[in-house]
Amino acid sequence: MMKTYIMVKLTKSVVKRIITVGLILLLVCAAVVGSIVLLHGAHIDVLNPQGEVAMKERNLIVFTLLLSLIVVVPVFTLLIVFSLKYRASNPKKAAYHPNWEGNRLLETIWWGIPCAIILVLGIVTWQSSHALDPYKHLDSNVKALNVQVVALQWKWLFIYPDQHIASVNLLEMPQNTPVNFSITSDAPMNSFWIPSLGGQIYAMSGMSTKLSLVANKTGDFKGSSANISGQGFADMHFTARAVTPADFDTWVHTTQQLTKSLDETSYNELAKPASVKAPLFYKLSDQNLYDTIVMKYMMPAPTNSAPKATTPKPTNMNMNNMDMSHMEGM
Amino acid sequence: MSLLDVVFGRLTFNALPHDLVTQVAVVGIVLLGIAIIGALFYFKKWTWLWKNWLTTLDAKKIGVMYIIVAVIMLLRGVSDALMIRAQQVVGAGDGGKFISSDTFQQVFSAHGTIMIFFVAMGLMFGLINLVLPLMLGTRDVAFPFMNSVSFWLFTAGMILVNASLMLGGFSPGGWLGYPPLTELAYSPGPGVDYWIWALQIAGVGSLLSGINFLTTILCKRAKGMTMMKMPIFAWSVLVTTLLIIFAFPILTATLGMLGLDRLMGMHFFTSGFGGNPMMYINLIWAWGHPEVYILILPAFGIFSEVVATYSQKRLFGYKTMVLALFGITFLSFVVWLHHFFTMGAGADVNAFFGITTMIIAIPTGVKIFNWLFTMFRGRINFKTPMFWFFSFVVTFTIGGVTGVLMAVPAIDFQIHNSLFLVAHFHNVIIGGVVFGYFAGITYWFPKIFGFTLNERLGRYAAYCWAIGFLVAFLPLYALGLMGATRRLDHYDPSTGWQGLFIVAGVGVVIICLGIFFQLLQLAVSIWQRKKNLDITGDPWNGRTLEWSVPSPAPFYNFAVLPVVHSRDPFWEQKEAAKAGHHPARPVYVDVHLPKNSGFGVIIAAFAFMVGFGLIWHMWWLAIVGVIGVIVCVIIRTSDDDTEYTISAAEMERLDHGHNTYAAKEQYA
Repeated sequence: MMKTYIMVKLTKSVVKRIITVGLILLLVCAAVVGSIVLLHGAHIDVLNPQGEVAMKERNLIVFTLLLSLIVVVPVFTLLIVFSLKYRASNPKKAAYHPNWEGNRLLETIWWGIPCAIILVLGIVTWQSSHALDPYKHLDSNVKALNVQVVALQWKWLFIYPDQHIASVNLLEMPQNTPVNFSITSDAPMNSFWIPSLGGQIYAMSGMSTKLSLVANKTGDFKGSSANISGQGFADMHFTARAVTPADFDTWVHTTQQLTKSLDETSYNELAKPASVKAPLFYKLSDQNLYDTIVMKYMMPAPTNSAPKATTPKPTNMNMNNMDMSHMEGM
Repeated sequence: MSLLDVVFGRLTFNALPHDLVTQVAVVGIVLLGIAIIGALFYFKKWTWLWKNWLTTLDAKKIGVMYIIVAVIMLLRGVSDALMIRAQQVVGAGDGGKFISSDTFQQVFSAHGTIMIFFVAMGLMFGLINLVLPLMLGTRDVAFPFMNSVSFWLFTAGMILVNASLMLGGFSPGGWLGYPPLTELAYSPGPGVDYWIWALQIAGVGSLLSGINFLTTILCKRAKGMTMMKMPIFAWSVLVTTLLIIFAFPILTATLGMLGLDRLMGMHFFTSGFGGNPMMYINLIWAWGHPEVYILILPAFGIFSEVVATYSQKRLFGYKTMVLALFGITFLSFVVWLHHFFTMGAGADVNAFFGITTMIIAIPTGVKIFNWLFTMFRGRINFKTPMFWFFSFVVTFTIGGVTGVLMAVPAIDFQIHNSLFLVAHFHNVIIGGVVFGYFAGITYWFPKIFGFTLNERLGRYAAYCWAIGFLVAFLPLYALGLMGATRRLDHYDPSTGWQGLFIVAGVGVVIICLGIFFQLLQLAVSIWQRKKNLDITGDPWNGRTLEWSVPSPAPFYNFAVLPVVHSRDPFWEQKEAAKAGHHPARPVYVDVHLPKNSGFGVIIAAFAFMVGFGLIWHMWWLAIVGVIGVIVCVIIRTSDDDTEYTISAAEMERLDHGHNTYAAKEQYA
């Protein structure tokens, strides 16, 4: 019986190639194993949406990513194929056309295909920008909850004007009920973000931005500020807690019974720069508190240039005119 | 007000650093400074330094100085990056405090400011100075003295940023210093002022450079080099300078207004009293978005040269490349709002800016395909710059995809200001800008220093940067989607972020290893320079004019100014020589070159005084500085004797000393 021996000459270049391929495989394996270990059990909020808005935004991410693969895959493939085939050290000499400097058809293709992709994506962008406009109230047959959000140094104050209560660093809301947030800041600029429920919007002093979200599942979700606002910025996280409507009513009722109340004095105390570890709860005794906070920055300049903590009462201005919608032409 | 207050403004001993990390850094810098100054005295090198370097008006030397400053700043910026990551690795829960929150804020602000203004801009101006006149076939830039002023203003700004380490601390407001955080009400200290005045001074330098290079391109090209025969690198510099000229005045005005708010209690951008921080955010991005293209377009230009040279083939789609550059330039001015979709503009506005943003992906994508098809049917020499190109295509494409994602406003709402964003812009800035400039430095190094850089160590560096980059920044995409925002110095352990932060930290260490290989590469290459001497002046079988002169390029660049007939003049010249056509005998003429001038250094020193005086409210110092600058400019402009002449005979002698044509005889 004949035996065939496959002789592989272990020349220096072959060894080198084996080492290179081995190293690349090792790196890829390490990356895969590493990501599995690290991401196992981790909660990727944006990709695991708990509300309608975040769900639509997640789907948009996936769609855009897949669409861009139309360009990415050819780029990576061509890069590797051309690098290998046309390398000067390639023993199988490939074609060499040093004076070839253009081809109208080819160039039309790679102007055309990206144009087509961007056309599709542009249409999707236009529609999704309107559909997911943070200012748009969500469609629902449940009456929306109004929450006024104030970014402070360095905590979040949530005022429930209709329930006459307020809380700090805990945002309680009923499941499947749209929440219409009015957001302002009595601090440097912040950004209000609950990744499990959907997109963020800036919190700025002297104005009121808007955001509508809904939690379709119950649970505790992370919320934070996404814009640097000073030393205690990292502590500006809060819990967004979605509960059943019945539980929400109970919570509202309990909070309304509290003796600790939020008025201008206790607010000014709260607004002093400091972080808050455990959530705080108040019954709301000053119905106009949110408007007062926004208007505080609308006052004429006093002799002292820094904004004062003590605030004069606002005149009877309609706050709806103070929102950002008039800035649209900007 | 006591005399002490008048003399020192608000500068007191309290301004000295309080925390250990900064103290160690300051002591280190001071000792290093003393050592360098001592060495200069000991070896009696002051005159040499002054005559050969500090006062030089030779664009190539100014370019080298830019790159030296940028590399030193790269080391500072990377140290900042290491501190940020180290703090985030230990920052799960309240336990780990490697650096205080206050220091942390200064560190990330300094990291961004230094990396953009003093590393990326420095490398860019450095490379342009090194090669632009050579590529255009001219002896110098249009305004050699202004070039020196630009460089020294850049250096004055750099020193101001680093002085903050020693005296008073840096801005806590991030690299773009959004008000109202950077207003007096929230940041009364000198940190923000350091940031403002360092950027103002460096920014004026950048604007002057922009004007200088644009004029150089428009007026100083070699005979026969029409616009459409310019190398793509020159085109990329042309559009970059247009961007600089239109964008930098916006930065100057914006910072000026913020400065007035802080110095004179005005209310341009304050929270109250009619101030509007949103206006600042619009203005700063009206400069800031073009700025990122100011950085990336020259890198595109470099890759266009590198890919064509190493593929030994003409660049594919030259006209399209020029068109794409102009497309990107125009579009970069109409996308700034995408940096703040979350500020509450309406859906129409957001959608408009989202769509203009994603349109930029079209010309950029076209450029990538053109580079790939430059490789197609080429003969690719995989030298180090091609490894940088390879890593660039991979990382930049990933960055492009995440950029398109963020261009959709509804998606941006979910990832804005998260670590996803941080990963995205590092993806395009490291993968695009930094890799591009490293490729350029490796490529043109022999032209300036006369020997090539070590290949093996250069490859190792490229591997480490590419792998380190992926390890450091891919986890940040995941962290961003997990809800981690940028600039956090600690976080709750229950978030499960720590593991990914550790991986990201390892990535930064791998990048540091890459930097170590680069420094080693430089040291080894200098050590073994005899082995790597570039005798021919054309180590890569180049195509453009800079390779037609000997290496290192003589101070007069060209003994006889070249005449250009095609896009790849030197390649054509070599082909003609192969075919037996010998170049005509050179006709030497008298050459006028600029004399050295110390006014660049002196003007920058006065500008530094203005900045330092305004930061510390030492008004007399600022006034002295302003008067000093004006007087220096008047004296210099009234000096008519700024050039010296090399006679034709002397030029012939110099030229033969360099043995220019010996190299070309091998093709003859």
